[in-house]
Amino acid sequence: MTDSKYFTTTKKGEIFELKAELNSDKKEKKKEAVKKVIASMTVGKDVSALFPDVVNCMQTDNLELKKLVYLYLMNYAKSQPDMAIMAVNTFVKDCEDPNPLIRALAVRTMGCIRVDKITEYLCEPLRKCLKDEDPYVRKTAAVCVAKLHDINAQLVEDQGFLDTLKDLISDSNPMVVANAVAALSEIAESHPSSNLLDLNPQSINKLLTALNECTEWGQIFILDCLANYTPKDDREAQSICERVTPRLSHANSAVVLSAVKVLMKFMEMLSKDLDYYGTLLKKLAPPLVTLLSAEPELQYVALRNINLIVQKRPEILKHEMKVFFVKYNDPIYVKLEKLDIMIRLASQANIAQVLAELKEYATEVDVDFVRKAVRAIGRCAIKVEQSAERCVSTLLDLIQTKVNYVVQEAIVVIKDIFRKYPNKYESVIATLCENLDSLDEPEARAAMIWIVGEYAERIDNADELLESFLEGFHDESTQVQLQLLTGIVKLFLKKPTETQELVQQVLSLATQDSDNPDLRDRGYIYWRLLSTDPVAAKEVVLAEKPLISEETDLIEPTLLDELICYIGTLASVYHKPPSAFVEGGRGVVHKSLPPRTASSESAESPETAPAGAPPGEQPDVIPAQGDLLGDLLNLDLGPPVSSPPLTTSSVQMGAVDLLGGGLDSLIGGTNFVAPPTAAVPASLGAPIGSGLSDLFDLTSGVGTLSGSYVAPKAVWLPAMKAKGLEISGTFTRQVGSISMDLQLTNKALQVMTDFAIQFNRNSFGLAPAAPLQVHAPLSPNQTVEISLPLSTVGSVMKMEPLNNLQVAVKNNIDVFYFSTLYPLHILFVEDGKMDRQMFLATWKDIPNENEAQFQIRDCPLNAEAATSKLQSSNIFTVAKRNVEGQDMLYQSLKLTNGIWVLAELRVQPGNPSCTLSLKCRAPEVSQHVYQAYETILKN
Amino acid sequence: MIGGLFIYNHKGEVLISRVYRDDIGSQAADSAVFSSSGPFLGERLGGSVRRNAVDAFRVNVIHARQQVRSPVTNIARTSFFHVKRSNIWLAAVTKQNVNAAMVFEFLYKMCDVMAAYFGKISEENIKNNFVLIYELLDEILDFGYPQNSETGALKTFITQQGIKSQTKEEQSQITSQVTGQIGWRREGIKYRRNELFLDVLESVNLLMSPQGQVLSAHVSGRVVMKSYLSGMPECKFGMNDKIVIEKQGKGTADETSKSGKQSIAIDDCTFHQCVRLSKFDSERSISFIPPDGEFELMRYRTTKDIILPFRVIPLVREVGRTKLEVKVVIKSNFKPSLLAQKIEVRIPTPLNTSGVQVICMKGKAKYKASENAIVWKIKRMAGMKESQISAEIELLPTNDKKKWARPPISMNFEVPFAPSGLKVRYLKVFEPKLNYSDHDVIKWVRYIGRSGIYETRC
Repeated sequence: MTDSKYFTTTKKGEIFELKAELNSDKKEKKKEAVKKVIASMTVGKDVSALFPDVVNCMQTDNLELKKLVYLYLMNYAKSQPDMAIMAVNTFVKDCEDPNPLIRALAVRTMGCIRVDKITEYLCEPLRKCLKDEDPYVRKTAAVCVAKLHDINAQLVEDQGFLDTLKDLISDSNPMVVANAVAALSEIAESHPSSNLLDLNPQSINKLLTALNECTEWGQIFILDCLANYTPKDDREAQSICERVTPRLSHANSAVVLSAVKVLMKFMEMLSKDLDYYGTLLKKLAPPLVTLLSAEPELQYVALRNINLIVQKRPEILKHEMKVFFVKYNDPIYVKLEKLDIMIRLASQANIAQVLAELKEYATEVDVDFVRKAVRAIGRCAIKVEQSAERCVSTLLDLIQTKVNYVVQEAIVVIKDIFRKYPNKYESVIATLCENLDSLDEPEARAAMIWIVGEYAERIDNADELLESFLEGFHDESTQVQLQLLTGIVKLFLKKPTETQELVQQVLSLATQDSDNPDLRDRGYIYWRLLSTDPVAAKEVVLAEKPLISEETDLIEPTLLDELICYIGTLASVYHKPPSAFVEGGRGVVHKSLPPRTASSESAESPETAPAGAPPGEQPDVIPAQGDLLGDLLNLDLGPPVSSPPLTTSSVQMGAVDLLGGGLDSLIGGTNFVAPPTAAVPASLGAPIGSGLSDLFDLTSGVGTLSGSYVAPKAVWLPAMKAKGLEISGTFTRQVGSISMDLQLTNKALQVMTDFAIQFNRNSFGLAPAAPLQVHAPLSPNQTVEISLPLSTVGSVMKMEPLNNLQVAVKNNIDVFYFSTLYPLHILFVEDGKMDRQMFLATWKDIPNENEAQFQIRDCPLNAEAATSKLQSSNIFTVAKRNVEGQDMLYQSLKLTNGIWVLAELRVQPGNPSCTLSLKCRAPEVSQHVYQAYETILKN
Repeated sequence: MIGGLFIYNHKGEVLISRVYRDDIGSQAADSAVFSSSGPFLGERLGGSVRRNAVDAFRVNVIHARQQVRSPVTNIARTSFFHVKRSNIWLAAVTKQNVNAAMVFEFLYKMCDVMAAYFGKISEENIKNNFVLIYELLDEILDFGYPQNSETGALKTFITQQGIKSQTKEEQSQITSQVTGQIGWRREGIKYRRNELFLDVLESVNLLMSPQGQVLSAHVSGRVVMKSYLSGMPECKFGMNDKIVIEKQGKGTADETSKSGKQSIAIDDCTFHQCVRLSKFDSERSISFIPPDGEFELMRYRTTKDIILPFRVIPLVREVGRTKLEVKVVIKSNFKPSLLAQKIEVRIPTPLNTSGVQVICMKGKAKYKASENAIVWKIKRMAGMKESQISAEIELLPTNDKKKWARPPISMNFEVPFAPSGLKVRYLKVFEPKLNYSDHDVIKWVRYIGRSGIYETRC
């Protein structure tokens, strides 16, 4: 006899019959009737009319019947709240039943009846059950607190259930502990500020003990909870890791992944020099590989996580390439993920194998997979230079297959290869051009147009090729239109004589017939450029492009760190923070990796402060589409484009003529909108306040009023190069603040107004701390002196040479660029005097290869004079010694970004040259510090 | 945590719906299930808005035109995890950032539990056991938190016979088992004959180049144990794990050289939850109290020194545009006293094959047009033997420019040894409370090596 027969009756009057059966005296009949009711309910029939009759069956000692009635109650209580009260008595009674299974069932079901009126009655039974003698009842009650909290959070707090729940963490039964942890973790998520879980070394120890004893699910709850804890130092982190590693051999993949999460997070705190760190790295690889033999759905989750892990710590899986090779019968979602990881792991050592595999994949059936495989070949070429040639020839083979989507994909990646290795593989262009007609996807068309435009001088019929695209200009996607516009302008600049007509055509298509603002603006910019200064146009449009970075699709580092904290969860599967897909307040707390604590070391060596870390340790990330906008807004005025020479040569005039007078009339004279450079000063104001106050804070304690050495002003921008504006200047440091003293002279015939200044990113983050204030318009032949305060809180980029500063100055006439070198001593801060002990310790600590020695010639100073001179420029003498008639001065100085430089200056009375030894953790500054010494000592 | 769990049939009709959290909507799945009720009823029950989520799964996943692209789908901020067993879809639904690995492990476990109760997971069986399934779901998932889901424990108190009134001791025994440290075994089990069976089941995977170079090879193995032991026996399992042998070998130096060869390097292994992991981590010893009946004690993976039972030597020659000549030799590479069984070699043929002539010395070979392959079957083959097949394939002339991709030749077989070289050294049983000793237990060990993906490119 089976249960499916309950689904069969559909006749009318059924409800009446059921009612009669429910009220029958015979137990068996009652049970049959309730089963029928449940079946009807599952089917979607409304059997709520039977509520009182079903509730009447509740009082029974038959557990099966009771469960069925409870199931009914859970479904209908919400729609019949008044009648649900009828059940309360039975619940309360059941919570006192001698059978623990029934007590637990009652408290479990009560929590599922989400009716406000019932929750009041739930409190007392729940309180008892939380302290029940039977662990089964307690573990059920623990979950019930979470249920109740979901219905009425205030009630749970008022009744003190949270404290009882916390006590359960110390319960003797591991499953009770696990459920209490799960419930508390969830409740804590909706109260981010409360210190509900209050993890401390004692409670962590309890959890770790329970970890060994509870069910697989309990282990997951506990591990996920542990991951939220931040150990106080590296020792604690290591001891937790040691106790968590055995979990890596658990058969349940979720236990393994949660353990991996804890380890990945705590590893952040361990020093890389530690033996244990290496051991841990080695221990992580095998379990991750084993996850790949799980069922496909879990493989997918594992692969998405491995993708994160490989980005965070590539060393873990670098030797495991083979396990990511795609199997013939893997589901497509597994195949695609494996491919991603293969590319991430590709290196010179394994590239041959990887390429052989990718070539196989490119002949598979699934279109998405094949495309991704082709794209992967291109990425290998860009990542591993040695393989580029083989990749290109593989791609050419694939193009020969003439399979449409393969060809298109190949062209897109070849474009990237051209950008990475310019002037190397252009011989293949001919083959590419053969396939021009078959391209129907925007990305491929745009890539092809880019190639034609970029290499127009090598393609004889480039103009014909581009013209063929122009016919259907308005039907193309924006991507193609933009590329076509740029491509044709490039072509024109390369072959001006034959393509004048073409360029006019595309400019007018872009500016007049298009509704797309991006396209129109770009059209106008080109037009303006070409009409005013074709030489400049050439410099801009045909400027050398920066090489593309090797790694693409990398997750942005802060997001990556956050996602590492979410290993195993949905966030790690989606590669999105929980706030992106979870509604409301739950789970939107930002998690971050713990900082590395080398507690004892950092006190001795301030050099390890954040600024000391060389920039560029993280691979550059090509931002996703969404981030691009932000980046554009932050763009500095002047990317380091060398200033266009303003020579009114015949070439220029000729070029303008080529465009003909038609252009001017098209533009419509004065209507032309100037490029939006006017927006620049607005962004300058922000950092002033904080920057300045910081600087004042620095100086307040020091009290040295003397300023450091100031070099005479030098001409930075000759009037010739800046349409009459001459700028000369120097840098000063006084009372802890740096400023740039400028002298602006107007050597032109017209009045200059609207001055603004901006710096490109530089090695020490120098940035104007206030706008450039020129109060009155600068009349012809007038000179004005301005002191521009600088801050060191700007964005940092290492420059070559280190002290290079690129500046853009704007006035009503134009924008001008120049670069200058600033003396390093303006960056020496006032509190740069190191304590003797510390000096000794640090000197020993810095490896000898970081030491640099210089000779300062023709400097007839004695030790005292040198000391005082250097002191006024914030180079402090820590100690002085006399060895064999030579004076040894031990000196220290600190740069604005926290880098310490230690120096030993050997002065020999009577000898005009002295010897300078410098030690610094960032040895690249030494050369410049030496130059600063020389300047200071000689002036 | 998991907000709800639904079971659908292949048409997308809901067979089982259990909702744990309000956020996903309670009557979500109460749509026309067995096609007996009109849509308005469902509407009245739960409101159409709530139903949307589960209908969305039906529309976007079950009825999707394309092949499923991911086992996790996010529709309208609701995440659906699904697994499929034959025609049946199991979907777990949530609106939170749950532990995804846990949800899938739970769904698999749920399938295991159902299979243990009523056999195959089919629409028929699910309908027949819906009350039981609801009861199980109530027990193993509370408010979306997975609870003890070991069938051994569940069967003690979830029965469809109705629970006979238990004594107080029995009740507390049940609850302590369900919540206890040893949730997978109940006390008081008695057998007249204490017996255990160990199966070492391995699947050997190979990818070989046409020139006979091993591109990749690995063995994934499982040790499955069937135990019929009384009481709460403490077991210790030993195998020829290189790390253990070398550690022991330190005392007796000459034994190391002898046994060193026979030991194997295990890349990684995972254990059933009954195994004490911390003990394995510190001493590398495998000790446990086994569940009653059959369970998987461990899984492992090896990549070094694998015995490849067969070698396939392919030779493909294209004779003009319309003919292929294929010759394949297989060599068995194990002790001559052993017999391999169920040998099958699958030689792929081009899509434009018009006819095939096959000659083989042993077994039977047939061209199967529907599978685009020549299938060569041999019932038995002893070790250190060789056999060959040759075939002439006639091709239809085509103008398809795309070259035939030459898929690899694959092989299936079963051999009575472990290709990884794993050997069971001992399985000791201690039960101090009852009066039987390790010697009284009858133990059986069996080794089976099967082909996993065993391919040779040609």
